[in-house]
This record gives sequence, C-alpha cells and structure tokens, in this order.
Amino acid sequence: MPDRDVELLLVEDNPQDVELTLTALKEHHLANRVHVVRDGAEALEFAFCTGAYAQRRPDPRPKLILLDLKLPKVSGLQVLERLKSDPRTRTIPVVVLTSSREEPDITTCYNLGVNSYIVKPVDFEQLIGAARQLGFYWLLLNQPPER
Amino acid sequence: MPEPPIEVLLIEDNPNDVEMTLYAFEQYRLSNRVHVVRDGAEALDYIFGAGAYAGRNVEDVPRVILLDLKLPKVDGIEVLRRLKADPRTWAIPVVVMTSSREERDVVETYKLGANSYIVKPLDFVKFTEAVRQVGLYWLLLNQPGAG
Repeated sequence: MPDRDVELLLVEDNPQDVELTLTALKEHHLANRVHVVRDGAEALEFAFCTGAYAQRRPDPRPKLILLDLKLPKVSGLQVLERLKSDPRTRTIPVVVLTSSREEPDITTCYNLGVNSYIVKPVDFEQLIGAARQLGFYWLLLNQPPER
Repeated sequence: MPEPPIEVLLIEDNPNDVEMTLYAFEQYRLSNRVHVVRDGAEALDYIFGAGAYAGRNVEDVPRVILLDLKLPKVDGIEVLRRLKADPRTWAIPVVVMTSSREERDVVETYKLGANSYIVKPLDFVKFTEAVRQVGLYWLLLNQPGAG
C-alpha cells in the first residue's frame, strides 16, 4: 500500500515491462509515486477503493493510468470501459500501452475515450524511451484535471 | 495535384501564439502540414466540410488538433463538444492549449473528452519547448485512431 499519493497507476502483468517502465521514470524522479497492479481486477479495486484497497482514499486521484490491454482476470478493455464510464474516474488520463497494433483494439479504445494509445516498442531501449517520453508528458507537462 | 493530408489542425486566434507554434513545428521538423484556423466557426467549417470548406472530405482527419479555448465566434468548449460528439471525429486527439489555468476550464474540458490539457507558458523558450513536446508526443509516439 503506497504511503504517498499515487501519481501514476501502472497496470501491467509483465514483470520485465514493469521494470523497464520504472527504470525510465526514475530518470525524472517520478518512480516513487508509481503504484503497480498486475491484473485488471486489482486495477479496478484500486480505482474504486474496494476489496484490497477499501481503505484507500480516492483523492487525490492519479495524474495518469498506464494500462496494458492483455491482463489476467479482467481485460484492459474492460478496465478502460469501467474507468471512462464512471464519473468518479472518467477524467483521469488513461494511456493504453500495449503490444497490440490491432485496428479493433485501437478503435475500441478511442471509442471508449482513451486519452492516448501507444504501441509498445519491441526493442527494450525504445520501450524505455517511450516510457520516459510519456512519463514526462503526462506527469510533468500535461495539466491534470482537478484532484 | 491533390494537397498532402493535414497532420495538425491549429485552432488559435492569437497571431503571436500562431507564429510561435508554427515556428516550433518548423524548427523541430515536427510537421510541415499544419493548417491554421483563427476562430471556432472556421474550425467547425473546416472539420465538418462546410462553409468555405464545403466539399472537404470529413474522413480526412488530422493526427492531432491543438485547440485554444478563447476563440471568437464559437468558443473552444463548443468546438470540443462538437468534435467529441461525432463518431467521424471523436477519435482525433484534441490537445487543449490555453492560457487558462482555471479549475473550471480544466475539469470541463476533460469531461467533454479532451485528450490533454496544456497551459501555455508565457516565456517564448518554454512555449516552443512545450509545443515541441506536444508535437513529438502526438505525431510520433501516439498511435492515431482509425480513419
């Protein structure tokens, strides 16, 4: 359980990708405000303060949710759909970061109101570069909604 | 000879801000396919192929729209509302770039589905740097929606 306000919720089940993303964020000293969840069910519990996160205060809300699509228990698309349809969470910026380049996934995400969609580079240095760039953009440059 | 597709639609009435934005796009070689419209009415005509832009193919969508909120004729909020209400255009990333830091403006634009909100820096160097980051993110990193 994070003892500091969570700025970034990272929803990712692949441990290597978690590692690379955190490495990239450390460069901007952003990694200590990251909370990692490893399946879609836990992501929803965190977002809605239920189950294992029943004691979590919803405010301040994260500046960014970084969401993989291929998740155990509850899929990324279902998580996105829940987040963007609930008034308590729909203004939180969500960036899908996924290996999927499939048109249906991209279209569905935009239809559901995803803020941004990034295809994970296969090359790990490029993945670190992408994570660095999106970390800077969403955590430092972008103005988040009221928290 | 058909014109190459527009990559960036810049909706901005302040001539200084237009100039600085175009300068940044050119300086950093982000795009040479930027179209500028200077009020909300012209923005809607362009987007939906009406008025002076009658016959323009609506399916021909830019990769990103940079939208100021304070516009003559039709304000930025209304332009945003129209963009995010139409299935032909709701997937186009809209980056609100505005001098307003008002909580109300921020929350309202996110509720209407704006993808990102950037407060325009006053300093020229910071302004062009912000435009550079916006350009790099939405033109190179982000995966656009179908269409």
